[in-house]
Amino acid sequence: MVALTPFKEAADMLMEAGAEKLDNCYQCGLCTGSCPWNQVRSFLVRRIIHQAQLGVIDFESEDLWLCTTCRNCVQRCPRGVEIIDIMKAMRRVITETGTAKIPDSLRLAITNIAGAGNPLGEPPEQRGDWAAPLRLKHKADSSTLYFSCCIPAYEPKVKRVARATAQVLKTSGTDFNILASRENCCGESVRKAGDENLFNSLAEKNIKAFSEAGIKQILVSSPHCYHSFKNEYSKLGADFEVLHIVQYLAPLVSEGKFKFKKEVKKKVAYHDSCYLARHNGIYDEPRRILESIPGIELVELPDVKENTLCCGGGGGRIWMDTKKDERFSDLRIQQALDVGADVLAVSCPYCMLNFEDSLLGFSNTKTVEIKDVVELICEGL
Amino acid sequence: MSILKGKPDDDIKIGVYVCHCGHNIASTVDVEEVARRAKELGEVSVARDYVYMCSSKGQNLIRQDIMQLGINRVVVAACSPRLYEQTFQNVLRESGLNPYLLQVANIREQCAWLHEPGPLATEKANRLVKGAIKRVIHHSPIEEQSVPVFPATLVIGGGIAGIQAALEIANSQQIVYLVEREPSIGGHMAQFDKTFPTLDCSACILTPKMNEVARNPYIRLMTYSEVVEVSGYVGNFNVKVRRKARYIDEDKCVGCGICVEKCPWSTESEFDADLGVRKAVYTPFPQAIPNIPVIDKERCVYFLKGKCRACEKFCEAKAINFQQEDLFIELHVGAIIVATGYDVFDPTPISQYGYGRLPNVFTSLEFERLCSPSGPTGGQLKLADGREPKSLAVIHCVGSRDQNYNAYCSRVCCMHSLKYSHLFKEKTGGEVYQIYIDMRCTGKGYEEFYERVQGEHVRFIRGKLATITADSPDSETGEKLSLSCEDTLLGGLVNIPVDMAVLCVALEPRHDAEQVAQILRLGRSRDGFFMERHPKLDPVATMSEGIFIVGCCQGPKDIPDTVAQASAAAARALAMIVRGKMETGAITAAIDETLCSACKVCNALCPYGAIFFDEVSNVSRVNRILCKGCNVCGAACPSGAISTRNFSESQILAEIEGVLV
Repeated sequence: MVALTPFKEAADMLMEAGAEKLDNCYQCGLCTGSCPWNQVRSFLVRRIIHQAQLGVIDFESEDLWLCTTCRNCVQRCPRGVEIIDIMKAMRRVITETGTAKIPDSLRLAITNIAGAGNPLGEPPEQRGDWAAPLRLKHKADSSTLYFSCCIPAYEPKVKRVARATAQVLKTSGTDFNILASRENCCGESVRKAGDENLFNSLAEKNIKAFSEAGIKQILVSSPHCYHSFKNEYSKLGADFEVLHIVQYLAPLVSEGKFKFKKEVKKKVAYHDSCYLARHNGIYDEPRRILESIPGIELVELPDVKENTLCCGGGGGRIWMDTKKDERFSDLRIQQALDVGADVLAVSCPYCMLNFEDSLLGFSNTKTVEIKDVVELICEGL
Repeated sequence: MSILKGKPDDDIKIGVYVCHCGHNIASTVDVEEVARRAKELGEVSVARDYVYMCSSKGQNLIRQDIMQLGINRVVVAACSPRLYEQTFQNVLRESGLNPYLLQVANIREQCAWLHEPGPLATEKANRLVKGAIKRVIHHSPIEEQSVPVFPATLVIGGGIAGIQAALEIANSQQIVYLVEREPSIGGHMAQFDKTFPTLDCSACILTPKMNEVARNPYIRLMTYSEVVEVSGYVGNFNVKVRRKARYIDEDKCVGCGICVEKCPWSTESEFDADLGVRKAVYTPFPQAIPNIPVIDKERCVYFLKGKCRACEKFCEAKAINFQQEDLFIELHVGAIIVATGYDVFDPTPISQYGYGRLPNVFTSLEFERLCSPSGPTGGQLKLADGREPKSLAVIHCVGSRDQNYNAYCSRVCCMHSLKYSHLFKEKTGGEVYQIYIDMRCTGKGYEEFYERVQGEHVRFIRGKLATITADSPDSETGEKLSLSCEDTLLGGLVNIPVDMAVLCVALEPRHDAEQVAQILRLGRSRDGFFMERHPKLDPVATMSEGIFIVGCCQGPKDIPDTVAQASAAAARALAMIVRGKMETGAITAAIDETLCSACKVCNALCPYGAIFFDEVSNVSRVNRILCKGCNVCGAACPSGAISTRNFSESQILAEIEGVLV
């Protein structure tokens, strides 16, 4: 057996890269026990933390790229260890020093974002094309921005979310602007994937574009954009009011701004996304909206609110390949089927994309529709 | 007490004594240079350095100079005054000088331990010493004071801590008032089945002590009573106690229990952790002291609906009295011992453990009652469906060692977890899993008990429990619990199917600890428990003179430690009573009545309630016994009428000047 020697320099490097609370860990393993990966494969979070403490990390290990930053472990950690920061720091060290290989699929997405401002590598000038069929009269002077996120902007399966949102905003009488080709990926997942420099440059470009357009308020479809704009851009000097679309719409629905004409006779289960629920404590607004739509019967999944089950898409995982039998999204679809839901409602484009992919594997049996909360409002109008 | 003479009018003769503190100071500061420089100052008659100034030889240097050279002001340059100021004050006192003619310059904690060795460190020490020299010139003698101690003690709380303290004092033939909130004394210890590590039956070792309390003529026991007000000060506390109406005349009741037997109304028994039932008129448990029931007004149907009175009909002693009202009693005591105990953590917020939702998940206190022969199941372990469990998981650190709830270790859980393993094996012969983070078995005989339980084939899994879920019903064994966590020693996730799980919940400060703290003017540490005067050297006293804290109200501890601490507090209270007097601090606020403008700003600000307004003279006055010399009043006084003895403006300005100029 080869004896390991603690390597202080590696531990120090992680500390500098943001793993500040590393030393507080007392190795209880609650992180491992709380991690959704362990429902599908072994992922010893605790051991990685201990390796990091001693500086004996295997930077080549694919484990370092597994964390979806779902925050279940951080929320429960008895010592307040910021485990996501540690995972991020390890990825950052790899990205910045080239110590090990970045997974191919992630590297491609990052290259696309660096070049085209979106992970799919689509032309920036087509970013606003989703809105074309709606014949929106752009209110270029509106200080409210609807920021769709890259996925609803380009991904054919998810474009309907951006369109439904624009429709609902129009119905509510909200004036809003779209910056289309002037928008860049928010960079939230880029940062979690370890590319701090790219994140900073994306943030800088976006803040500049928003400021030049006179934006004061930003409405977003993605909890990831929400998280970065609200909690990360603000530390870089940005000063915008950031609202997730469910936060903006919930009071309007309560005030009776929408005249629902149709009954949506469906059993709907709401899936809390990690970044809206655990990261930002938003549980009630989407439920309040769903309960206000006539005909909808709201049912709860087994793991909800602060105990929600991750779809598997955070922390850059949305761009990485996940083996067929290791997808949390499959478990979640099964939970939705078990409670007899007709619709699995989401409020995150990553969740939607993952669930849509998962559904392909469920095609032969009874199935469930994946819909954004905003789409369901549209159905009732 | 004699007032020792300082000689403020004489020529001031200052002696300066610089301590090496072994290498502690001398390796950083050139102490000889500090003494030399001090001597160069005009007011200084003598300056010496010595390796340990606190040793008897060092003290003698000072004593001799006072006697032989007529030194009448002393500066000691050494460690923090918190450590040895009193020692040096005694040297002055014994040499016929008022002890407040001393000034300590802290050149260890505030200099040597902070800086690199060299001329800069020495220069800083010089400055500190010069400040002390300039200051001590302005010192004047302060009269020391003492108060008489009334020979009676109040003990608040009748658990094992309060019982022990009360018995120790009463056995010295001194009066003790023991006030207990519940209808009986006994506390948590009365609820336990066995005690670790010897497995003595808890009731068997506690009941004799409870009986002693009832029998001892020096103990005035007041159960179902609460302290509502405390005024006065060390030696002379006035205490108001609310004796809640029992609706049973304590003098007439013979404890026959017929009222309990005939009462038709039942409710959950608090003593059985709500697992069992009791009547609306009840004694909490069979060995209760006093053996006098209480009518629970919230549950009694006569009080709720005006009909029933079954108890009254059957009571031959005519002891039932529905007209009884709460009584307020005034006590006069010299010392107070607080033994208010702890609450257990409610694990409901840890939703992933399913407590309250899954019927076979229990807390440690509930498990104690299930094991106890006097408990709701007569000591038989039973699942919700009545079957005997075949397997048990004991979960450590629930709400302890966890920043989300309580950051501290609750100290007793490792040991009672081992006890539960043993009891479960003994009662059922089933499988036991301990899910622990670290085993902490640090008391006498504790590690040996751990080894003994290991030998009983208990399985130990190192990791913090992640989730408890209900497995799908199994035809043979019924519904099982499924526990999931990482076994950190295996390095893998484990799933453990068991019938029953016990959550070993944290010991927490009482829910009303803040209210009690306010009544008694006690501080609380960050964990919420009452604050001791010194965490190591005085864990029994508090910052409130004459008030002591014992048992779990000071912090989680086991029975042996609680009993030891209770005996210590009793000794402290007895020491005061036997001497009959108590010295109190001399450094107190003084109000210049000619300057006082009667604005009363100071009255409300004083955290010790030591300032009162004299309506006749129209000035504020300080009660020197209550005053702690914090100088909040002095800082706030708009007329500059208040200064604190030994912290006068001239003293402070002289010190600053000495340091800076």
